[in-house]
Amino acid sequence: MAHKNIIPFGPQHPVLPEPIHFDLVTEDEKIVDAIPSISYVHRGLERLVEKRDFIDFVHIADRICGLCSFMHCMGYCQAVEEVMGIQVPERALYLRSIWAELARIHSHIFWLGVSADAFGYESLFMQSLRLRELVLDIIEETTGGRVIFGSCKVGGVRRDIDSETLKGLVARLTNMKADLDELTSVFINDYSIQHRLVGVGFFSKEDAYTLGCVGPMARASGFALDMRTLGYAAYKFLEIEPVVEYGGDCYARCLVRIREIFQSMDLIRQAAGKISEGPIDVKVKGTPNGEYFSRVEQPRGEVIHYVKGNGSKFLQRFRVRVPTFTNIPGMIKVLKGSQVADVPNIILTLDPCISCTER
Amino acid sequence: MTKTVVKNLVKGPATLMYPKKKRFFTKITRGSVEIDIQKCIFCGICSKRCPTYAIVVTKVTKECKEWEIDRLKCCACNLCVEVCPKKCLSMTNQYTPPARDRTAGIHKQIFTGPEILTGKEEEHS
Repeated sequence: MAHKNIIPFGPQHPVLPEPIHFDLVTEDEKIVDAIPSISYVHRGLERLVEKRDFIDFVHIADRICGLCSFMHCMGYCQAVEEVMGIQVPERALYLRSIWAELARIHSHIFWLGVSADAFGYESLFMQSLRLRELVLDIIEETTGGRVIFGSCKVGGVRRDIDSETLKGLVARLTNMKADLDELTSVFINDYSIQHRLVGVGFFSKEDAYTLGCVGPMARASGFALDMRTLGYAAYKFLEIEPVVEYGGDCYARCLVRIREIFQSMDLIRQAAGKISEGPIDVKVKGTPNGEYFSRVEQPRGEVIHYVKGNGSKFLQRFRVRVPTFTNIPGMIKVLKGSQVADVPNIILTLDPCISCTER
Repeated sequence: MTKTVVKNLVKGPATLMYPKKKRFFTKITRGSVEIDIQKCIFCGICSKRCPTYAIVVTKVTKECKEWEIDRLKCCACNLCVEVCPKKCLSMTNQYTPPARDRTAGIHKQIFTGPEILTGKEEEHS
Protein backbone atom coordinates (compact mmCIF):
# COMPACT_ATOMS: atom_id res chain seq x y z
CA MET A 1 0.00 0.00 0.00
CA ALA A 2 1.55 3.26 -1.10
CA HIS A 3 1.64 6.33 1.04
CA LYS A 4 -1.15 8.82 0.36
CA ASN A 5 -0.19 12.27 -0.84
CA ILE A 6 -2.27 15.35 -1.52
CA ILE A 7 -1.32 17.32 -4.61
CA PRO A 8 -2.94 20.72 -4.99
CA PHE A 9 -4.04 21.47 -8.57
CA GLY A 10 -5.03 25.05 -9.40
CA PRO A 11 -6.44 27.69 -9.01
CA GLN A 12 -3.41 28.95 -10.93
CA HIS A 13 -2.26 26.28 -13.37
CA PRO A 14 -0.85 26.56 -16.90
CA VAL A 15 -3.64 24.49 -18.45
CA LEU A 16 -6.50 26.17 -16.64
CA PRO A 17 -7.90 29.26 -18.31
CA GLU A 18 -9.97 29.98 -15.22
CA PRO A 19 -9.52 29.35 -11.49
CA ILE A 20 -10.73 26.09 -10.01
CA HIS A 21 -8.93 24.19 -7.28
CA PHE A 22 -8.59 20.43 -6.78
CA ASP A 23 -6.97 18.57 -3.95
CA LEU A 24 -5.83 15.38 -5.62
CA VAL A 25 -5.32 12.51 -3.19
CA THR A 26 -2.75 10.25 -4.80
CA GLU A 27 -1.20 6.89 -4.20
CA ASP A 28 2.01 6.83 -6.21
CA GLU A 29 0.91 8.20 -9.59
CA LYS A 30 -2.69 7.10 -9.24
CA ILE A 31 -5.46 9.41 -8.07
CA VAL A 32 -7.73 7.91 -5.45
CA ASP A 33 -9.81 10.97 -4.67
CA ALA A 34 -10.33 14.53 -5.84
CA ILE A 35 -11.83 17.32 -3.75
CA PRO A 36 -12.90 20.35 -5.77
CA SER A 37 -13.29 23.86 -4.43
CA ILE A 38 -14.75 26.75 -6.36
CA SER A 39 -15.70 30.40 -5.74
CA TYR A 40 -12.51 32.21 -6.66
CA VAL A 41 -14.29 34.56 -9.06
CA HIS A 42 -17.71 34.94 -7.47
CA ARG A 43 -19.29 38.25 -8.47
CA GLY A 44 -22.82 38.03 -7.10
CA LEU A 45 -24.54 38.66 -10.42
CA GLU A 46 -27.72 36.84 -9.41
CA ARG A 47 -28.31 39.24 -6.55
CA LEU A 48 -27.97 42.23 -8.89
CA VAL A 49 -31.38 41.33 -10.32
CA GLU A 50 -32.96 43.04 -7.32
CA LYS A 51 -31.25 46.33 -8.17
CA ARG A 52 -31.57 46.41 -11.97
CA ASP A 53 -34.88 46.45 -13.76
CA PHE A 54 -35.66 43.39 -15.80
CA ILE A 55 -34.94 45.04 -19.16
CA ASP A 56 -31.52 46.39 -18.16
CA PHE A 57 -30.56 43.10 -16.55
CA VAL A 58 -30.15 41.59 -20.03
CA HIS A 59 -26.78 43.35 -20.24
CA ILE A 60 -25.68 41.79 -16.98
CA ALA A 61 -26.93 38.34 -18.03
CA ASP A 62 -24.87 38.84 -21.18
CA ARG A 63 -21.75 39.26 -19.09
CA ILE A 64 -22.05 36.17 -16.89
CA CYS A 65 -19.47 34.48 -19.07
CA GLY A 66 -17.43 35.32 -22.15
CA LEU A 67 -17.65 32.18 -24.24
CA CYS A 68 -21.34 31.45 -23.80
CA SER A 69 -22.54 35.03 -23.32
CA PHE A 70 -25.25 34.91 -25.96
CA MET A 71 -26.85 31.78 -24.55
CA HIS A 72 -27.13 33.31 -21.09
CA CYS A 73 -28.74 36.37 -22.57
CA MET A 74 -31.10 34.28 -24.68
CA GLY A 75 -32.04 32.00 -21.78
CA TYR A 76 -32.84 34.96 -19.55
CA CYS A 77 -34.87 36.70 -22.27
CA GLN A 78 -36.78 33.49 -23.01
CA ALA A 79 -37.68 33.07 -19.35
CA VAL A 80 -38.91 36.67 -18.99
CA GLU A 81 -40.85 36.42 -22.27
CA GLU A 82 -42.58 33.25 -21.08
CA VAL A 83 -43.50 34.88 -17.77
CA MET A 84 -44.93 37.93 -19.53
CA GLY A 85 -46.52 35.97 -22.37
CA ILE A 86 -44.67 37.80 -25.13
CA GLN A 87 -44.78 36.32 -28.63
CA VAL A 88 -41.37 36.88 -30.21
CA PRO A 89 -41.44 37.41 -34.02
CA GLU A 90 -40.17 34.51 -36.09
CA ARG A 91 -37.31 36.46 -37.65
CA ALA A 92 -35.97 37.30 -34.21
CA LEU A 93 -36.07 33.60 -33.28
CA TYR A 94 -34.07 32.72 -36.38
CA LEU A 95 -31.51 35.45 -35.70
CA ARG A 96 -31.15 34.21 -32.12
CA SER A 97 -30.47 30.70 -33.37
CA ILE A 98 -27.89 31.93 -35.88
CA TRP A 99 -26.01 33.91 -33.23
CA ALA A 100 -26.24 31.05 -30.76
CA GLU A 101 -24.67 28.70 -33.29
CA LEU A 102 -21.93 31.22 -34.10
CA ALA A 103 -21.19 31.37 -30.38
CA ARG A 104 -21.04 27.57 -30.25
CA ILE A 105 -18.61 27.45 -33.19
CA HIS A 106 -16.25 29.99 -31.64
CA SER A 107 -16.43 28.35 -28.24
CA HIS A 108 -15.69 24.88 -29.61
CA ILE A 109 -12.81 26.05 -31.80
CA PHE A 110 -11.38 27.84 -28.77
CA TRP A 111 -11.73 24.63 -26.78
CA LEU A 112 -9.87 22.68 -29.48
CA GLY A 113 -7.05 25.21 -29.26
CA VAL A 114 -6.85 25.18 -25.48
CA SER A 115 -6.89 21.39 -25.33
CA ALA A 116 -4.12 21.25 -27.94
CA ASP A 117 -2.14 23.61 -25.75
CA ALA A 118 -2.78 21.37 -22.73
CA PHE A 119 -1.18 18.35 -24.35
CA GLY A 120 1.71 20.43 -25.52
CA TYR A 121 0.82 21.01 -29.17
CA GLU A 122 1.24 24.76 -29.30
CA SER A 123 1.28 25.21 -33.06
CA LEU A 124 -2.13 23.54 -33.26
CA PHE A 125 -3.36 26.00 -30.64
CA MET A 126 -2.27 28.89 -32.87
CA GLN A 127 -3.92 27.33 -35.93
CA SER A 128 -7.17 26.91 -34.01
CA LEU A 129 -7.20 30.49 -32.82
CA ARG A 130 -6.56 31.70 -36.36
CA LEU A 131 -9.75 29.97 -37.48
CA ARG A 132 -11.64 31.30 -34.49
CA GLU A 133 -10.67 34.81 -35.53
CA LEU A 134 -12.72 34.43 -38.73
CA VAL A 135 -15.80 33.60 -36.66
CA LEU A 136 -15.13 36.52 -34.33
CA ASP A 137 -14.97 38.83 -37.36
CA ILE A 138 -18.42 37.62 -38.46
CA ILE A 139 -19.74 38.19 -34.94
CA GLU A 140 -18.29 41.70 -34.83
CA GLU A 141 -19.79 42.61 -38.19
CA THR A 142 -23.27 41.40 -37.23
CA THR A 143 -23.55 42.39 -33.57
CA GLY A 144 -20.95 45.09 -32.88
CA GLY A 145 -19.10 43.12 -30.23
CA ARG A 146 -16.46 40.45 -30.62
CA VAL A 147 -17.26 38.26 -27.62
CA ILE A 148 -20.08 39.99 -25.77
CA PHE A 149 -22.83 40.10 -28.39
CA GLY A 150 -25.30 42.44 -26.69
CA SER A 151 -27.80 41.76 -29.45
CA CYS A 152 -30.59 39.99 -27.57
CA LYS A 153 -33.32 41.79 -25.67
CA VAL A 154 -36.61 41.02 -24.02
CA GLY A 155 -39.12 40.82 -26.86
CA GLY A 156 -36.74 40.12 -29.75
CA VAL A 157 -33.29 41.15 -30.93
CA ARG A 158 -31.56 44.53 -31.14
CA ARG A 159 -30.05 44.24 -34.60
CA ASP A 160 -31.12 42.78 -37.88
CA ILE A 161 -28.86 40.98 -40.32
CA ASP A 162 -29.78 41.92 -43.89
CA SER A 163 -30.07 39.15 -46.47
CA GLU A 164 -26.84 40.15 -48.28
CA THR A 165 -24.78 39.85 -45.10
CA LEU A 166 -26.51 36.61 -44.23
CA LYS A 167 -25.59 35.11 -47.60
CA GLY A 168 -22.01 36.35 -47.23
CA LEU A 169 -21.88 34.89 -43.74
CA VAL A 170 -22.93 31.44 -44.94
CA ALA A 171 -20.44 31.64 -47.84
CA ARG A 172 -17.61 32.56 -45.46
CA LEU A 173 -18.46 29.70 -43.14
CA THR A 174 -18.52 27.32 -46.13
CA ASN A 175 -15.06 28.56 -47.18
CA MET A 176 -13.86 28.04 -43.64
CA LYS A 177 -14.99 24.44 -43.75
CA ALA A 178 -11.93 23.31 -45.77
CA ASP A 179 -9.51 24.84 -43.27
CA LEU A 180 -11.50 23.41 -40.40
CA ASP A 181 -11.45 19.97 -41.99
CA GLU A 182 -7.69 20.16 -42.16
CA LEU A 183 -7.42 21.30 -38.55
CA THR A 184 -9.81 18.74 -37.14
CA SER A 185 -8.21 15.89 -39.11
CA VAL A 186 -5.11 16.50 -36.99
CA PHE A 187 -7.18 16.06 -33.83
CA ILE A 188 -8.82 12.93 -35.21
CA ASN A 189 -5.86 11.18 -36.85
CA ASP A 190 -2.67 12.37 -35.18
CA TYR A 191 -0.86 9.56 -33.39
CA SER A 192 0.39 11.59 -30.43
CA ILE A 193 -3.04 13.13 -29.79
CA GLN A 194 -4.68 9.72 -29.89
CA HIS A 195 -2.01 8.48 -27.51
CA ARG A 196 -2.96 11.18 -25.00
CA LEU A 197 -6.74 10.92 -25.40
CA VAL A 198 -7.89 7.43 -26.38
CA GLY A 199 -8.98 5.38 -23.37
CA VAL A 200 -8.18 8.22 -20.94
CA GLY A 201 -10.89 9.29 -18.50
CA PHE A 202 -13.53 6.72 -19.36
CA PHE A 203 -17.05 7.62 -18.31
CA SER A 204 -19.93 5.20 -18.72
CA LYS A 205 -23.46 6.02 -19.85
CA GLU A 206 -24.90 4.90 -16.50
CA ASP A 207 -22.55 7.24 -14.63
CA ALA A 208 -23.44 10.10 -16.97
CA TYR A 209 -27.10 9.48 -16.19
CA THR A 210 -26.85 9.00 -12.41
CA LEU A 211 -24.44 11.90 -11.87
CA GLY A 212 -26.60 14.22 -13.96
CA CYS A 213 -24.04 15.11 -16.61
CA VAL A 214 -25.02 17.33 -19.51
CA GLY A 215 -23.67 18.50 -22.83
CA PRO A 216 -20.73 16.95 -24.70
CA MET A 217 -19.70 15.11 -21.52
CA ALA A 218 -22.98 13.13 -21.56
CA ARG A 219 -23.19 12.88 -25.35
CA ALA A 220 -19.69 11.38 -25.59
CA SER A 221 -20.90 8.54 -23.34
CA GLY A 222 -23.77 7.73 -25.67
CA PHE A 223 -26.42 9.68 -23.79
CA ALA A 224 -28.36 11.74 -26.36
CA LEU A 225 -29.18 14.81 -24.33
CA ASP A 226 -29.47 18.00 -26.34
CA MET A 227 -31.79 20.81 -25.27
CA ARG A 228 -32.01 22.10 -28.82
CA THR A 229 -34.34 19.18 -29.56
CA LEU A 230 -36.84 20.84 -27.20
CA GLY A 231 -37.34 23.40 -29.93
CA TYR A 232 -36.67 26.73 -28.28
CA ALA A 233 -35.86 29.75 -30.49
CA ALA A 234 -35.87 28.63 -34.15
CA TYR A 235 -34.69 25.08 -33.53
CA LYS A 236 -38.26 23.87 -33.92
CA PHE A 237 -38.03 24.82 -37.61
CA LEU A 238 -34.61 23.27 -38.18
CA GLU A 239 -33.53 19.68 -38.56
CA ILE A 240 -31.40 18.78 -35.62
CA GLU A 241 -30.09 15.52 -34.31
CA PRO A 242 -27.91 15.29 -31.20
CA VAL A 243 -24.28 14.42 -31.90
CA VAL A 244 -23.59 11.21 -30.00
CA GLU A 245 -20.39 9.23 -29.55
CA TYR A 246 -20.12 5.98 -27.63
CA GLY A 247 -16.47 5.90 -26.60
CA GLY A 248 -16.91 7.72 -23.28
CA ASP A 249 -13.24 8.74 -23.16
CA CYS A 250 -11.45 12.04 -23.74
CA TYR A 251 -11.14 11.25 -27.45
CA ALA A 252 -14.91 10.78 -27.77
CA ARG A 253 -15.54 14.11 -26.05
CA CYS A 254 -13.13 15.73 -28.50
CA LEU A 255 -14.95 14.09 -31.44
CA VAL A 256 -18.35 15.30 -30.18
CA ARG A 257 -17.14 18.89 -30.15
CA ILE A 258 -15.56 18.60 -33.59
CA ARG A 259 -18.74 17.18 -35.07
CA GLU A 260 -20.80 19.87 -33.34
CA ILE A 261 -18.82 22.61 -35.09
CA PHE A 262 -19.87 21.17 -38.46
CA GLN A 263 -23.41 20.65 -37.20
CA SER A 264 -23.60 24.30 -36.14
CA MET A 265 -22.42 25.41 -39.58
CA ASP A 266 -25.13 23.29 -41.13
CA LEU A 267 -27.74 24.78 -38.77
CA ILE A 268 -26.70 28.31 -39.74
CA ARG A 269 -27.02 27.37 -43.41
CA GLN A 270 -30.47 25.90 -42.78
CA ALA A 271 -31.58 28.95 -40.80
CA ALA A 272 -30.29 31.37 -43.46
CA GLY A 273 -32.31 29.47 -46.06
CA LYS A 274 -35.54 29.43 -44.07
CA ILE A 275 -35.50 32.89 -42.49
CA SER A 276 -38.44 35.06 -43.50
CA GLU A 277 -38.84 38.83 -43.60
CA GLY A 278 -40.65 40.53 -40.77
CA PRO A 279 -40.26 42.56 -37.59
CA ILE A 280 -37.38 41.73 -35.26
CA ASP A 281 -38.91 42.79 -31.97
CA VAL A 282 -42.16 43.55 -30.17
CA LYS A 283 -42.83 46.29 -27.69
CA VAL A 284 -42.70 45.15 -24.09
CA LYS A 285 -45.54 46.32 -21.88
CA GLY A 286 -46.13 45.60 -18.22
CA THR A 287 -43.96 43.82 -15.72
CA PRO A 288 -43.24 40.12 -15.14
CA ASN A 289 -45.36 38.35 -12.57
CA GLY A 290 -44.76 34.63 -12.23
CA GLU A 291 -41.94 32.17 -12.57
CA TYR A 292 -40.36 30.11 -15.32
CA PHE A 293 -37.51 27.67 -15.92
CA SER A 294 -35.88 28.22 -19.28
CA ARG A 295 -33.60 25.50 -20.65
CA VAL A 296 -31.01 26.34 -23.27
CA GLU A 297 -28.18 24.29 -24.79
CA GLN A 298 -24.86 26.04 -24.27
CA PRO A 299 -21.58 24.87 -25.85
CA ARG A 300 -20.92 23.13 -22.53
CA GLY A 301 -24.37 21.65 -22.02
CA GLU A 302 -27.76 22.48 -20.66
CA VAL A 303 -28.14 25.74 -18.76
CA ILE A 304 -31.24 26.51 -16.70
CA HIS A 305 -32.35 30.06 -16.02
CA TYR A 306 -34.93 30.44 -13.30
CA VAL A 307 -36.77 33.74 -13.17
CA LYS A 308 -39.33 34.80 -10.60
CA GLY A 309 -41.13 38.11 -10.83
CA ASN A 310 -43.58 39.65 -8.37
CA GLY A 311 -45.25 42.21 -10.58
CA SER A 312 -42.71 44.97 -9.97
CA LYS A 313 -39.99 46.25 -12.28
CA PHE A 314 -37.37 44.35 -10.32
CA LEU A 315 -37.34 40.57 -10.44
CA GLN A 316 -37.53 38.76 -7.14
CA ARG A 317 -35.18 35.91 -7.95
CA PHE A 318 -32.87 34.92 -10.76
CA ARG A 319 -30.94 31.69 -10.68
CA VAL A 320 -28.60 30.11 -13.19
CA ARG A 321 -27.75 26.41 -13.07
CA VAL A 322 -24.78 26.13 -15.40
CA PRO A 323 -23.46 23.00 -17.17
CA THR A 324 -20.00 23.08 -15.58
CA PHE A 325 -21.51 22.95 -12.10
CA THR A 326 -23.54 19.86 -12.85
CA ASN A 327 -20.58 18.22 -14.60
CA ILE A 328 -18.22 18.55 -11.62
CA PRO A 329 -19.46 15.33 -9.87
CA GLY A 330 -18.88 13.50 -13.16
CA MET A 331 -15.41 15.01 -13.42
CA ILE A 332 -14.51 13.75 -9.92
CA LYS A 333 -15.77 10.29 -10.83
CA VAL A 334 -13.53 10.32 -13.92
CA LEU A 335 -10.51 11.64 -12.02
CA LYS A 336 -10.62 8.77 -9.50
CA GLY A 337 -8.39 6.02 -10.76
CA SER A 338 -6.65 8.06 -13.42
CA GLN A 339 -2.98 9.01 -13.64
CA VAL A 340 -1.66 12.37 -12.42
CA ALA A 341 -0.29 13.18 -15.88
CA ASP A 342 -3.76 12.78 -17.41
CA VAL A 343 -5.45 15.22 -15.03
CA PRO A 344 -5.08 18.32 -17.26
CA ASN A 345 -6.57 16.46 -20.22
CA ILE A 346 -9.50 15.11 -18.21
CA ILE A 347 -10.33 18.48 -16.71
CA LEU A 348 -10.08 20.21 -20.08
CA THR A 349 -12.22 17.70 -21.97
CA LEU A 350 -15.01 18.65 -19.60
CA ASP A 351 -14.49 22.23 -20.83
CA PRO A 352 -14.90 23.93 -17.46
CA CYS A 353 -16.26 27.45 -17.50
CA ILE A 354 -15.67 28.79 -14.02
CA SER A 355 -17.06 32.28 -14.63
CA CYS A 356 -20.41 30.68 -15.37
CA THR A 357 -20.17 28.35 -12.39
CA GLU A 358 -19.58 31.11 -9.89
CA ARG A 359 -21.52 33.95 -11.46
CA MET B 1 0.23 19.31 -41.39
CA THR B 2 3.03 19.64 -44.00
CA LYS B 3 0.60 21.57 -46.18
CA THR B 4 -0.09 23.98 -43.32
CA VAL B 5 3.63 24.50 -42.68
CA VAL B 6 4.30 25.33 -46.33
CA LYS B 7 1.25 27.62 -46.44
CA ASN B 8 2.45 29.47 -43.34
CA LEU B 9 5.91 29.99 -44.82
CA VAL B 10 4.51 31.40 -48.06
CA LYS B 11 1.63 33.47 -46.69
CA GLY B 12 3.50 35.35 -43.98
CA PRO B 13 2.07 36.24 -40.59
CA ALA B 14 -1.65 35.80 -39.90
CA THR B 15 -1.64 38.60 -37.38
CA LEU B 16 -2.04 42.27 -38.21
CA MET B 17 1.20 44.26 -37.90
CA TYR B 18 -0.69 46.51 -35.56
CA PRO B 19 0.87 49.94 -35.04
CA LYS B 20 2.14 49.97 -38.64
CA LYS B 21 -1.10 48.74 -40.15
CA LYS B 22 -4.27 50.27 -38.83
CA ARG B 23 -7.04 48.02 -37.52
CA PHE B 24 -10.34 48.88 -39.16
CA PHE B 25 -13.43 48.45 -37.08
CA THR B 26 -16.84 47.71 -38.50
CA LYS B 27 -19.45 50.46 -38.56
CA ILE B 28 -21.40 48.95 -35.70
CA THR B 29 -18.47 48.08 -33.44
CA ARG B 30 -19.23 49.24 -29.93
CA GLY B 31 -16.17 51.33 -29.07
CA SER B 32 -16.86 54.31 -26.83
CA VAL B 33 -19.76 56.58 -25.91
CA GLU B 34 -19.68 60.18 -27.10
CA ILE B 35 -22.05 63.02 -26.23
CA ASP B 36 -23.32 66.05 -28.13
CA ILE B 37 -23.53 68.26 -25.05
CA GLN B 38 -25.51 70.99 -26.84
CA LYS B 39 -28.49 68.70 -27.33
CA CYS B 40 -28.38 67.21 -23.81
CA ILE B 41 -31.18 68.12 -21.40
CA PHE B 42 -29.45 66.57 -18.37
CA CYS B 43 -32.36 64.31 -17.53
CA GLY B 44 -29.99 61.75 -16.00
CA ILE B 45 -31.68 58.68 -17.49
CA CYS B 46 -28.34 57.44 -18.86
CA SER B 47 -26.74 57.59 -15.43
CA LYS B 48 -29.66 55.81 -13.77
CA ARG B 49 -29.82 52.98 -16.30
CA CYS B 50 -26.04 52.44 -16.74
CA PRO B 51 -25.24 48.85 -15.62
CA THR B 52 -21.79 49.82 -14.33
CA TYR B 53 -22.64 53.28 -12.93
CA ALA B 54 -20.06 54.79 -15.28
CA ILE B 55 -22.06 57.94 -16.08
CA VAL B 56 -22.61 60.79 -13.62
CA VAL B 57 -24.88 63.71 -14.45
CA THR B 58 -24.75 66.70 -12.09
CA LYS B 59 -26.48 70.03 -12.11
CA VAL B 60 -24.04 72.33 -10.30
CA THR B 61 -26.10 75.49 -10.80
CA LYS B 62 -28.92 76.37 -13.15
CA GLU B 63 -26.42 77.36 -15.83
CA CYS B 64 -23.55 75.01 -15.12
CA LYS B 65 -24.26 71.34 -15.71
CA GLU B 66 -21.89 68.43 -16.04
CA TRP B 67 -21.96 65.08 -17.82
CA GLU B 68 -19.19 62.72 -16.85
CA ILE B 69 -18.23 59.23 -17.99
CA ASP B 70 -15.60 56.89 -16.63
CA ARG B 71 -14.44 55.06 -19.73
CA LEU B 72 -12.61 52.44 -17.69
CA LYS B 73 -15.90 51.49 -16.01
CA CYS B 74 -18.00 51.64 -19.18
CA CYS B 75 -18.78 48.20 -20.60
CA ALA B 76 -19.93 49.58 -23.98
CA CYS B 77 -23.33 47.91 -23.78
CA ASN B 78 -25.03 50.68 -25.78
CA LEU B 79 -27.91 50.96 -23.28
CA CYS B 80 -27.43 54.70 -22.60
CA VAL B 81 -27.51 55.40 -26.34
CA GLU B 82 -30.77 53.47 -26.65
CA VAL B 83 -32.55 55.15 -23.76
CA CYS B 84 -31.44 58.75 -24.42
CA PRO B 85 -34.64 60.75 -25.09
CA LYS B 86 -32.83 63.49 -27.07
CA LYS B 87 -30.53 61.07 -28.97
CA CYS B 88 -27.52 63.18 -28.01
CA LEU B 89 -25.45 60.12 -27.07
CA SER B 90 -23.76 58.07 -29.75
CA MET B 91 -21.55 55.02 -29.93
CA THR B 92 -18.36 55.47 -31.92
CA ASN B 93 -16.49 52.51 -33.35
CA GLN B 94 -13.11 53.50 -31.93
CA TYR B 95 -11.88 52.16 -28.63
CA THR B 96 -10.45 54.61 -26.13
CA PRO B 97 -6.67 54.56 -25.72
CA PRO B 98 -5.16 52.65 -22.79
CA ALA B 99 -4.54 54.59 -19.59
CA ARG B 100 -2.00 54.35 -16.80
CA ASP B 101 -4.15 55.28 -13.82
CA ARG B 102 -7.80 54.93 -12.91
CA THR B 103 -8.66 58.62 -13.15
CA ALA B 104 -7.38 58.94 -16.73
CA GLY B 105 -10.54 57.29 -17.99
CA ILE B 106 -12.83 60.01 -16.65
CA HIS B 107 -14.08 62.38 -19.32
CA LYS B 108 -16.14 65.37 -18.32
CA GLN B 109 -18.26 67.61 -20.52
CA ILE B 110 -19.44 70.91 -19.06
CA PHE B 111 -22.43 72.86 -20.26
CA THR B 112 -22.28 76.50 -19.12
CA GLY B 113 -25.44 78.17 -20.32
CA PRO B 114 -27.12 78.35 -23.72
CA GLU B 115 -25.00 81.31 -25.01
CA ILE B 116 -21.55 79.84 -24.60
CA LEU B 117 -21.89 76.32 -25.93
CA THR B 118 -18.43 75.01 -25.14
CA GLY B 119 -18.53 71.24 -25.49
CA LYS B 120 -14.91 71.16 -24.44
CA GLU B 121 -13.48 68.03 -22.98
CA GLU B 122 -11.53 68.06 -19.73
CA GLU B 123 -9.29 65.28 -18.66
CA HIS B 124 -8.46 64.59 -15.06
CA SER B 125 -4.92 63.50 -14.48
